[in-house]
Amino acid sequence: MSLSPFEVSSAALVAEEDQSAEALDAAGGILGRSPLRLALARLRSDRMAWVSAGMILLMVVLALIAPVLSSITGHSPYNPDLVNGTDTFGQPYGPGQAGFLLGTDNVGRDILVRIAYGARISLLVGMLATLLATVGGTALGLVSGYYGGWIDALLARLMDAVLSFPYVLAAIVLAAVFGGSLPLTIGVIAFFSWAAIGRIVRGQTLSQKEKEYVEAARSIGAGSFRIMFVDILPNLIAPVIVLGTLLVPVAIVFEATLDYLGVGVGPPTPTWGNMLADDQGSAGFGAWWFWVFPSIALLITTLGFNLLGDSVRDALDPRTERLFAMRRKKVAGGGLDASAGAGTEPLSGGTEA
Amino acid sequence: MADTTAPVNPASDEPPLAAAPAEDRPLLQVQNVVKHFPIKRGIFFKRQIGSVQAVEGVSLEVRRGETLGLVGETGCGKSTLARCITRLHPLTSGRVIFDGVDISRLSARKLRTHRRRMQMIFQDPFGSLNPRRRVGSIIGDPLAIHGVADGGERKRRVQELMEVVGLNPEHYNRFPSEFSGGQRQRIGVARALALRPSLIVCDEPVSALDVSVQAQIINLLEDLQGEFNLTYVFIAHDLAVVEHVSDRVAVMYLGKIVEMAETAELFGSPRHPYTAALLSASMVADPEKARSSHRVVLYGDVPSPINPPSGCRFHTRCPKAQSICSVEEPPLRVQAGDSAGHVTACHFPVAPGEQLVSAAPAISAAATAFAADSPDIGEGGRS
Repeated sequence: MSLSPFEVSSAALVAEEDQSAEALDAAGGILGRSPLRLALARLRSDRMAWVSAGMILLMVVLALIAPVLSSITGHSPYNPDLVNGTDTFGQPYGPGQAGFLLGTDNVGRDILVRIAYGARISLLVGMLATLLATVGGTALGLVSGYYGGWIDALLARLMDAVLSFPYVLAAIVLAAVFGGSLPLTIGVIAFFSWAAIGRIVRGQTLSQKEKEYVEAARSIGAGSFRIMFVDILPNLIAPVIVLGTLLVPVAIVFEATLDYLGVGVGPPTPTWGNMLADDQGSAGFGAWWFWVFPSIALLITTLGFNLLGDSVRDALDPRTERLFAMRRKKVAGGGLDASAGAGTEPLSGGTEA
Repeated sequence: MADTTAPVNPASDEPPLAAAPAEDRPLLQVQNVVKHFPIKRGIFFKRQIGSVQAVEGVSLEVRRGETLGLVGETGCGKSTLARCITRLHPLTSGRVIFDGVDISRLSARKLRTHRRRMQMIFQDPFGSLNPRRRVGSIIGDPLAIHGVADGGERKRRVQELMEVVGLNPEHYNRFPSEFSGGQRQRIGVARALALRPSLIVCDEPVSALDVSVQAQIINLLEDLQGEFNLTYVFIAHDLAVVEHVSDRVAVMYLGKIVEMAETAELFGSPRHPYTAALLSASMVADPEKARSSHRVVLYGDVPSPINPPSGCRFHTRCPKAQSICSVEEPPLRVQAGDSAGHVTACHFPVAPGEQLVSAAPAISAAATAFAADSPDIGEGGRS
């Protein structure tokens, strides 16, 4: 079969890793491959992971170069420009007209520049809210599962309450009281997302804390804090990473929803959500580019994170090893078996690379 | 309980230094330890509907430098007793006195200093090592927690320990999954040794291993005992292993010790019918002897520890049971003709040379005999 450039580079990367491990062997220590390193190697052999990473990278680049785009084109993302941004009849330009690659909105702003600025908000909110929710959910889930008793009863009921709360209503009320802002949006999303992670972590902690290694840690005098965060947490990291990755697109859609409803970050800051909301009134008369391009941006981002999340889950799940073995076999047809295989088989590495 | 309770100083509440001189004092005294696990029902308002009586009033002591074997079938409470000794379980009642200090009620903070001298080796070489941590950090954990050594010093000492237990120190950075069962158990041994403890409680340390590997680990433990002056509480259900390693052996049945003696005496002339049946069930390597040996078969199952039989807990399966056995619990005492250290809890101890009949007929005879006296006693647990 033909090899995509992704696969070649992944194989090369794995080979490189082996060499570094070999160098360490020579230095007098044998470096065991950590489960996360193995998962990473498996992830590298997954073509879908590369595609999804590419989609995410595209959006990240777009967000990073937003000011550059703005200065090159001379189009501000904030200020209406009815002189240059609309035609002589005051109608917005379509894609490709008058130097506007994706057209302009009904007050003459460049949609490409606004999408690029919107990417900043979406990614920032998606990442930060997810980070907060993941850290908070993991910590509270661990505490809840480990201590049990009334602490657990309290936290578990709190998680149920948060999960069953109509979050859009809550967000509207909060925005009405405090006024929409970026920190509030992030806070609201994090607050309504941590419980999902907390619940999973709690369940995992309940099963992990009965393992003998926890008993062993207690018998050598480890305190509760150490047992939770040094001994149990590394064993939960796989589901947390998967959930965290899958939470990003949820948070991004959440943010777009809030903005669409006008209770998010709010104008004049361009976000994909308020671009969709602003333009819906005029989309009726054939200006399809008003909503198609922000939607595509949203789609690429959420799809990218969802696919990456799936790949991460496959890579971290030992039960999918057979799948990866099949994939390696296919690669082996191209003569790359040694380097591709070595990364995932801890005891056979080194010699073949 | 003549043997176990007599030497215990009832005034051991006083400061440890005022007690008997450190060298004569037993390293570990277990006094009337009881461990019940509550059984709870209900979602919001949990109420206790019963308890599993895992350990029911066990007393024993362990002298410095000796190995006390603890045998009994699965579920008899030997592992629970081990966890009570190391305070992994809180006691329901009773006391555990370690080197003159009662540790059964100490706070977690105070307990920590004693944990340094009392370590545990676990049964499952797979479950007892954290799969996500490197061997170096697993063995180095005790040193880190107790602030004994840091950084390069810790690494040096961990590698030293790895060498002591027969592991390649270069494997410092590997994960437990990269080792075989025997090697993993060596990691567990190294971890237990890290703080130079006086007592190591071995909870079935070899039962999960291949027979050839069992021998390696047992020899390792014996070597280490000499080298580091260790005292072992050695739990196992393999009688051959226990006979090999132990100086004294205690036999447990349903949460109680039924017989305790020097190893040779216990294996040579068991007095409790349960011990006799247990010994007759163990494999004999010599086929000539095996053919001639008499096997005592016990009928029925171990009664439920939620609702143990009255009187002697063994009476429901005992080939020698009589009506008194279901009413009165026999104390652990020195039986006529035994040496001072040999205690048995039985109304009708097995005489030396006596051949026990297999239990089935005796049990029904006994059952009918005492059924008349106490109609509420059924066979096994009443649930």
